[in-house]
Amino acid sequence: MASVSRDIAANQVDRAHERAGNARVDLLFIAQMVEPGAKVLDVGCGDGELLRLLVETRGVDGRGIELSREGVNECVAKGLAVIQGDADTDLADYPDDAFDYVILSQTLQATRRPREVLEHMLRIGRHAVVSFPNFGHWQVRLQLLFLGHMPRTEILPYSWYDTPNVHHCTIKDFRQLCGEIGVKMERSVAFNAWGSPLRFSAPWWFWNLFGEQAVFLLSRRQAASR
Amino acid sequence: MVEATTSPSRSAGRRVREADEPRESLIARFGADKPLQLDAGVSLSPFQIAYRTYGTLNAARTNAVLVCHALTGDQHVVGRHPVTGKQGWWETLVGPGKPIDTERYFIICPNVVGACMGTTGPSSINPKTGQPWALDFPVITIRDMVRAQAMLLDHLGIDSLFAVAGGSMGGMQVLQWCASYPQRVFAALPIACATRHSAQNIAFHEVGRQAIMADPEWKGGRYETEGGNPTRGLAVARMGAHITYLSDAALHRKFGRKFQDRANPTFSFDADFEVESYLRHQGISFVERFDANSYLYLTRAMDYFDLAADYGGVLSNAFKDTPTRICVISFTSDWLFPTSESRAIVHALNAAGARVSFAEIVTDKGHDAFLLEEPELFGIVRGFLDGAGRARGLA
Repeated sequence: MASVSRDIAANQVDRAHERAGNARVDLLFIAQMVEPGAKVLDVGCGDGELLRLLVETRGVDGRGIELSREGVNECVAKGLAVIQGDADTDLADYPDDAFDYVILSQTLQATRRPREVLEHMLRIGRHAVVSFPNFGHWQVRLQLLFLGHMPRTEILPYSWYDTPNVHHCTIKDFRQLCGEIGVKMERSVAFNAWGSPLRFSAPWWFWNLFGEQAVFLLSRRQAASR
Repeated sequence: MVEATTSPSRSAGRRVREADEPRESLIARFGADKPLQLDAGVSLSPFQIAYRTYGTLNAARTNAVLVCHALTGDQHVVGRHPVTGKQGWWETLVGPGKPIDTERYFIICPNVVGACMGTTGPSSINPKTGQPWALDFPVITIRDMVRAQAMLLDHLGIDSLFAVAGGSMGGMQVLQWCASYPQRVFAALPIACATRHSAQNIAFHEVGRQAIMADPEWKGGRYETEGGNPTRGLAVARMGAHITYLSDAALHRKFGRKFQDRANPTFSFDADFEVESYLRHQGISFVERFDANSYLYLTRAMDYFDLAADYGGVLSNAFKDTPTRICVISFTSDWLFPTSESRAIVHALNAAGARVSFAEIVTDKGHDAFLLEEPELFGIVRGFLDGAGRARGLA
């Protein structure tokens, strides 16, 4: 397994939070992982909240892809460079090394082929930033174990029959995938249900149990880079 | 059969006057020292461009917006049209406080080369013969139109445009601007268009042209010198084309199978149905303001448009390293320039690393939606231009 420096940088996030008002905590952690002035593609950018945060606090050259027409139109009306498209099919159209960072925020679990999406992200961008809800969180585990129904939590509010999420994974699963496709994990952070980052010295099993969400900064392994 | 309300000779006379000395327009004249080099391999000289401007050019000359009109549009974007007396064709989008804000931007709209509202075209006088050019006028391309527009900007002392915007054939010009003069365009809005005319679209145009040429008054294009005006052919061409600008759903919503001023069918070939009456009206009102030969030339220009072909068949090469911010917009019910065509533009722009936005707007109004009341379109155009304006440092 790749060695990882788990970096919480809570002070930086707090400062970004002041500037950005009430942005979601996972978005603040992502923003903090992106170098200022970088060229960024946000895959599944929704209504553009993260892109706007990145433009305003990190001065990035930001682009977005979003599946929903409403989301796209909202983004474009905000002056963001966003196109209507599908992470599963449209990333293939982007050339190699087109971006410094390709971000997949809370979208991985909704893709049909997460592994291919991740591979494309690291082909298009030098770095990838992935955030996802951790299906290994204790609340999720307890609901299935004791209540016997598909888990529903604050960040996973859908019923099993109408969820867009088709590929849930745990922090452990994700790390395993990164290992399989030869991805270098540069930084990561997990935080609990109250948005507080977990102690970075905590062991991985602790993150997998108490982390409600995780954010990973990835890059190509030297051998895998072209 | 279609009857024109104005007599052919009168409307012909008015057209010639409008073609030479357009009312409520400015004219830029280009003499023998400034010929327009055409893709056909010849040059056009002398020639003139009729244009209108709205708003004020700022001191830094950074707020100019070029509006490109569609096949049957003209320079009268807003305000009363001197021939029809109707409002301008883009009153919905252009004006004080509108998304293309005349209080913030300096808007220039030239009549394209080959048209009939004051810019040199087939109804203009050929200086060599003293007669209208008719079919002796060289065939024009979209790139020729854009080249002429660039000459107009030079003439006006405008180095770079804040934005270029247009729908349909206007959108083709926008794309050509991005390819030909990327350094002169800060932001671009190609709406309801494509980088090439499809076989189906060429086919529709050919039907229109054949309708004009089949009119005995067309006379090989020499109707102005030999007398007559192929208004019936032109009206039929317009009727056919107009169907392609709408959608099945829009026609059904507007007209259904409703009868026109009658309760029962007449068992004749009168305009029993409202939709027939509507189309006849569209045809008749069109011939009052448009020249048949111009219709031939401009439809041809659209047919010839194939941006990728000019760049070795690779569309993204047309936009290589473009600094322009581009916002592509399509409409769900547009079957003349369907969303798939806009998507192809977006793919090429992405491959070229361009800063591109793309929005598809849900509407049942068909291709003509870009001219109509579409609040979502207004929001997107406003947001895109506001964002670009901030980046350009416009107040």
